[in-house]
Amino acid sequence: MAVSLMQGNEAIGWGALAAGCRFFAGYPITPSTEIAEMLSRELPKVGGTFIQMEDEIASMAAIIGASVGGLKAMTATSGPGFSLMQENLGYAAMTEVPCVIVNVQRLGPSTGRATAGSQGDVMQARWGTHGDHPIIAISPTSVRQSFDLTIKAFNLSEQYRTPVILLTEAIIGHMREPVDLPEFETLEVVERVVTSSPDEYVPFSNEMGDVPPLAGFGQGYRYHITGLFHDQMGFPTQRLDEINPWLERVNNKLNNHLDEIVMVEEDIQEDATVAIVAYGASARSARHALKVARSQGHRASMLTLLTIWPFPEVQVEKLGERVERVIVPEMNLGQLALEVERMVGRRKVVRVNRADGEMVTPQMILDAIEG
Amino acid sequence: MAEHILDAHELDVDEIRIPRENWFESSETLQKLRKNKKFPTIWCAGCGNGIVMGSLIRAIEHLGLSNDEVALVSGIGCAGRMPVYMDFNTLHTNHGRALAFATGLKIARPDMKVIAIMGDGDALAIGGNHFIHAARRNIGITSIVINNAIYGMTGGQYSPTTPIGKQATTAPYGNIEPSFPLCELAIAAGATYVARSTVYHVLELDKYIEAAIRKDGFSLVEAVSYCHTTYGRLNKFGTAPEMMRDLKKNSISKAAYEKLSAKRQAGNSKIVRGVLHVNDEREEFTKLCRKLTEQAQGGGRQ
Repeated sequence: MAVSLMQGNEAIGWGALAAGCRFFAGYPITPSTEIAEMLSRELPKVGGTFIQMEDEIASMAAIIGASVGGLKAMTATSGPGFSLMQENLGYAAMTEVPCVIVNVQRLGPSTGRATAGSQGDVMQARWGTHGDHPIIAISPTSVRQSFDLTIKAFNLSEQYRTPVILLTEAIIGHMREPVDLPEFETLEVVERVVTSSPDEYVPFSNEMGDVPPLAGFGQGYRYHITGLFHDQMGFPTQRLDEINPWLERVNNKLNNHLDEIVMVEEDIQEDATVAIVAYGASARSARHALKVARSQGHRASMLTLLTIWPFPEVQVEKLGERVERVIVPEMNLGQLALEVERMVGRRKVVRVNRADGEMVTPQMILDAIEG
Repeated sequence: MAEHILDAHELDVDEIRIPRENWFESSETLQKLRKNKKFPTIWCAGCGNGIVMGSLIRAIEHLGLSNDEVALVSGIGCAGRMPVYMDFNTLHTNHGRALAFATGLKIARPDMKVIAIMGDGDALAIGGNHFIHAARRNIGITSIVINNAIYGMTGGQYSPTTPIGKQATTAPYGNIEPSFPLCELAIAAGATYVARSTVYHVLELDKYIEAAIRKDGFSLVEAVSYCHTTYGRLNKFGTAPEMMRDLKKNSISKAAYEKLSAKRQAGNSKIVRGVLHVNDEREEFTKLCRKLTEQAQGGGRQ
C-alpha cells in the first residue's frame, strides 16, 4: 500500500478488517469512538455489519453472539464502558468464545478526564470480571503496532478460544504517524477449523489438547453453551470430577503456549546496571530517555512489553538478574510494577508514575535512571 | 388427553402408548428434545414453564423447521433453563442479556430462527433496556416472556410485574411499585407481533408462538404463568392447580374484551388474551443491514 498519515484508532480498525473481523458492536465513548466510526463506514463494504448497541453491556453480548454465529467480532470502548463489559467478558472466558475488546484507556476513576490518556485499566483487564479466568491483554506502542497487534489479537483469540483485550490509550489512539500498511492478503490470519463431524463433536472437550475447536451455530453442530460450569458437552454440571478438569484445562491453556502469546521487545546492553520495563505510551517516553541516558554514558537496557497478560514473567525475571535497578514508568499509580516487583526478587524497583492524564515524560524516567 | 387436543397436534392415541424407552424415536415432537439430557427438568412440580416449552416445541414442529435452523437464547432465572432441554443451537447467557446476545447471533446468522426465552425480571428489569431496543430495531427475534410476577429462582422477590399490594420476600409489607405492562411496552417500542395468553390456554400459546416465529421482525409472546412455590405461597393463592384455575377465571379473550362497554373495559382487571398487535409495514433489521451492505458495496457515499 502507500504511506499515509494515520491515527492509532484508525489503524486498529484496519487491523480488524485485515484479520477478518466482520462484526462490530459498540457504544460511543471518548477516546475510542473513531474505531466505531471507521468500522461503520468500512465494514459494510466488505460484507460485514456494524451495530451501535444500547450500551456496552449489550455491545459485549452482541459480539459474543455474533462470534457464536461464526463471525470474527470486536468491540471498542474506554474505562467506564470496559467496566460495563466485565460481566459478559467473564461469560466469553467461561464459554471460550473468541472475541476482541479494544480498551482505549482514559483517565479514571469514573468519568475522570475523558480526553486524557491513562494506563489505569491494567489490573481491570486482568481481574475485572469475577472468578478465576484466563485472559490475554496486549498493548501497542505505535500506530503501526496498533494495526499489527489488532491482527494478533484476533489470531490469539481464535487460536485459544479466549477473549483478547487490546489495551491502548488516548495517546496512541489519537496520535497520527505515517504508516505503510501491508497488503492484507499477505498477512497470516487464523481461521476456525472444526475437524470432527457433528455426531462426534465435543464442544468443550478436555481430550483434544488445550483448545477444542469451536463450531458456529447453524452449521449442523447443535450443542449447548452456558455460563454455568459445564461438562464437555456444554451441559450444566455440579460434579467436581467434571468441574476440576475443565478448570485445569482452561486456566492452563494460555500458560502452556506462552511462547506464542508473550511478545516483548528487548533492547539490551550487556553490562547495564539499570533496566526499564515499559509498555504502551510510556514505552515511547522510555525509549527517548534510554537514548539520552546512553548518550550521557549510562549503561541501560529496556524491555518493552507488548503482551501485558499473561505477564511476561520469564523475560522480566531474566532481565532482573542482569541489573541492579528496574524502572517501571506507568500512567497510573503503580499497577504493572506490582508484577515486576514479584518477578525481580531483591532488585530495586523504581516506580515512575503519574495519574493526572499526562504522559510520563522522558525527563522523569531519566531522573530515575540517574538515581 | 382430550380428543380435540390430540387432533390439534395430529397425535394418535397409539403414539402415547409406546413404551417409554422408544418415545424419542417414535415421535417427531419428542425429537426436538435432547434425549441425552436427564429429565425431569429443574422446575418445581406443577410449574408452568414446561407447558410453555411444550408449546414452543409444537410450534417449531408445525412450522416444519429442522433442529439445525433454530437457535434458542435465554438469560438467567427459571425460564433461562429452558433451552438446555431442547435439541437446537442453545445459548444460555447472563441475566437480562438474552436479547443482546441474540442480536449478534441473528446478524451473524440471519437465516436462523432465533428465539429468546426470558422471565419477567429478566426481560423487564435487568434486561429492560435490551428489550425496548430490540423491539425498536425490529430485529428478527421471537421473544417469549414467561411472566410469573416474581423472581422465582432466587426465592420470591418482587419483580417489575408483581401487582401492587402483593407479598414478596422483599416486599413483606406488600409491593408498592406499579407493574410494567409488558405487551404495551413492546408495542410502544416497535415490536411487529405481540400476543398474550396464559399457561392454562395451551392451544392459544401454540398458535401465538407459531405466528411469532413466522413473523419476520421482532415478536413477543407473553405467556402468563404463576409461581406456586414462592408467589403463590406468600400470597396464599393455593396449589398449582388452583393457580391454574385462577388464570382461567381471571382472563378474558381479546374478542370478549372488545365487546365490553368503554366503562367496563376501563374497569377490567382481567388478563386480556389474544393477538394484541401486528405491524406488517416495518422492515426487519437484518434485511435492512443487507440493503445497507449492498449500497456500501455499490459505491455508496464515502
